[in-house]
Amino acid sequence: MINTGDILETIKMVDDQNLDVRTITLSLSLLDCTDSDGKKAEKKVYDKVMKRAGNLVKVGEQLSAELGIPVVNKRVSVTPVSIIGAPSGNYVGLAKALDKAAKEIGIDFLGGYSALVHKDATKAEEAFLHTIPEAISETEKLCSSVNVASTRSGINMNAVRLMGEIIKDLAARTANDRAIGCAKFVVFANAVEDNPFMAGAFTGLGEGEATVNVGVSGPGVVAAALKKCKGADLTTVAEVIKKTAFKITRAGQLVGGKAAEMLGAKFGIVDLSLAPTPAIGDSVAEILEIMGLSSVGGHGTTAALALLNDAVKKGGVMASSMVGGLSGAFIPVSEDAGMIEAVRANKLSLSKLEAMTAVCSVGLDMIAVPGDTSAETVSAIIADECAIGVVNNKTTAVRIIPVPGKKVGDEVSFGGLLGSAPIISVSDVDSSEFVRRGGIIPAPLHSLKN
Amino acid sequence: MKAIVTVLGKDKVGIIADIAILMKDYGINICDISQTLMQEYFTMIMLVDLSAAQVDFTALQKELKTRGEEIGVDIRIQHQDLFDSMHKI
Repeated sequence: MINTGDILETIKMVDDQNLDVRTITLSLSLLDCTDSDGKKAEKKVYDKVMKRAGNLVKVGEQLSAELGIPVVNKRVSVTPVSIIGAPSGNYVGLAKALDKAAKEIGIDFLGGYSALVHKDATKAEEAFLHTIPEAISETEKLCSSVNVASTRSGINMNAVRLMGEIIKDLAARTANDRAIGCAKFVVFANAVEDNPFMAGAFTGLGEGEATVNVGVSGPGVVAAALKKCKGADLTTVAEVIKKTAFKITRAGQLVGGKAAEMLGAKFGIVDLSLAPTPAIGDSVAEILEIMGLSSVGGHGTTAALALLNDAVKKGGVMASSMVGGLSGAFIPVSEDAGMIEAVRANKLSLSKLEAMTAVCSVGLDMIAVPGDTSAETVSAIIADECAIGVVNNKTTAVRIIPVPGKKVGDEVSFGGLLGSAPIISVSDVDSSEFVRRGGIIPAPLHSLKN
Repeated sequence: MKAIVTVLGKDKVGIIADIAILMKDYGINICDISQTLMQEYFTMIMLVDLSAAQVDFTALQKELKTRGEEIGVDIRIQHQDLFDSMHKI
């Protein structure tokens, strides 16, 4: 039986409200690709990606056409290269082999140039970490992530200190290209093993052979639904968001299930995140403003975001057989038209963004800071964000871009989904002595909760 | 496989006839049809069964799009699953 209203609503969501499936990410185990001969290892990883993910783009395009909903990105995530590359130490060679495969199969990104050093790093992992600037600046599609903290083990401040240096090095190496290298590198606390989103996707050791994880989008759909309930109280607002999130997530679940079947993989999870794009009408900031803030960044922003984030999860959980990944509202500054505007108008500061990450998943994401920000200050920003994640038992991340030669008031444009960002000011307080101490900030006590 | 055909555009003589003939030519059964006029805009939704279709989905999609452009309406065909998933628990 035809329900005209439902059908037209779906069509309107896609046509006018930017509903899409943000990504289908094939999570691929490369544990069977290790080899003490670096060249043989390169061939093994290249062959496996080509064999298992060769059809990914075709499958995405076919589903998009059949179902009438855009599948924006097709991505692959792999077992952390710090692990599979350890027997040979040929990390950069593997990076280039993975990048070559990614380009040949036509995917948007490949994630997994990663290491998990939240308690300590082995000698091999230390060597790996030092290759990140070279590997990322000399490849195009490859993304890198490092987990430096966890609720159970605390914050590895030796790693945090090194991350600041890596980010500065990456910025310098890609200075002629707007420090784009930093957009492909993220530092985590409590990283998840089944994240479909970049730059932080990798295949965790607890994952299977090949799994399809899906990231949905749809801030525009939520915004449109909220515009219809002007004047309603916040209980009603939460209900409207839940119902809308249900529909958005169902689209992701459908696409993920079909994609897994077509690729001979298992269906993994739907990541319940509202991923924005720089397009007008596809902004998380706009949702908060429709709730009644004249600009994102003002007092009330954290509460509004907490409501949004929770309602999206409640609606989404009901809609999907398995949820996971990051599952929270994304607030990447450069990728969200409303956030960009608020930073430009000096209404949204780094401190407020940090507070917002205490109630939503992703952390400080795609934030451009002055080029003369020191490595120690970058590390201190990372340490703060890790503390929020570790103490609150949640994932947080930092993807920050110190753009060489740029200062507060300038803007940098990354193009495409990465958008553009006004340079945001950082504190001029010197935190270097704290960062240089190194060691571990111990895991927090999870009793005596007051 | 069942699919939903949606036709949106300005009303004129023969839109349903045009599309129904095309469906018949390809052996596609029309299971249900619903039509409304919102202001002067014509909205028609058809549920079609493609199990005996003599054309593949992509080719049919292209053909419908081209036919839509000729008669000045927007025609699309989508797998029924998307609507069922999004609107049914």
